[in-house]
Amino acid sequence: MLKQYETVFIATPVLSEAQMKEAVAKYTKFITDNGGEVVYEEDWGLRQLAYPIQHKASGFYYLIEFKSEPDLVAKLETQYHRDERIVRFLTVAMDKDAVAYAEKRRANKAARKAAAAAAPAAEAEVPAAEEDVEPIEEATEE
Amino acid sequence: MAQNADQNSEIRYLNPPALDVRKKKYCRFKKAGIKYVDYKDPEFLKKFLNEQGKILPRRLTGTSLKFQRKVAQAIKRARSLALLPYVTDLLK
Repeated sequence: MLKQYETVFIATPVLSEAQMKEAVAKYTKFITDNGGEVVYEEDWGLRQLAYPIQHKASGFYYLIEFKSEPDLVAKLETQYHRDERIVRFLTVAMDKDAVAYAEKRRANKAARKAAAAAAPAAEAEVPAAEEDVEPIEEATEE
Repeated sequence: MAQNADQNSEIRYLNPPALDVRKKKYCRFKKAGIKYVDYKDPEFLKKFLNEQGKILPRRLTGTSLKFQRKVAQAIKRARSLALLPYVTDLLK
């Protein structure tokens, strides 16, 4: 049975944009090649780490949601282990609440993007700091 | 009235002594109907941490046991992804 998973990895900040794209392509390809199906991808970009990992203070975060058989996860994680570009990763199985939350979060993101594209002037007025807090507040309206 | 109070007790207060009416704590997840605690949102999880980045007890936050477990799990995931620190001073 296919199960839904969510994986986040942190790549070293020394990578160029092309190298990062290549790494992402490698993992999405790995998932699809092994009978998985990528549901959603999200690039968080270069972020400051809360504590240094391998003497690095920042890293490229990337999120992939996928559906696959459970044995793919172990294979994916050995790939992460072997890859020197990856400093940290986390793979989580999603239960039905997590899937519902992820869908909502995605819809919110899409709506915000559409709104930003429709009214670029309005976007400038809204401070960027609000963005992270919003999904929770919207979840409360359920 | 004043005499009555005198008879009952020798101590008299200018203001009536504040009765212990503590505000009832509630579980914010139950109240808001949130079912999933997201580890990808460190700003939200910070509400459940103290200044050193330790997880606050249920006693203080009022979270129900079910969601305290989920919050703890989410915080630990966020820590491992370096979204939250394991130890720090002056978080927030």
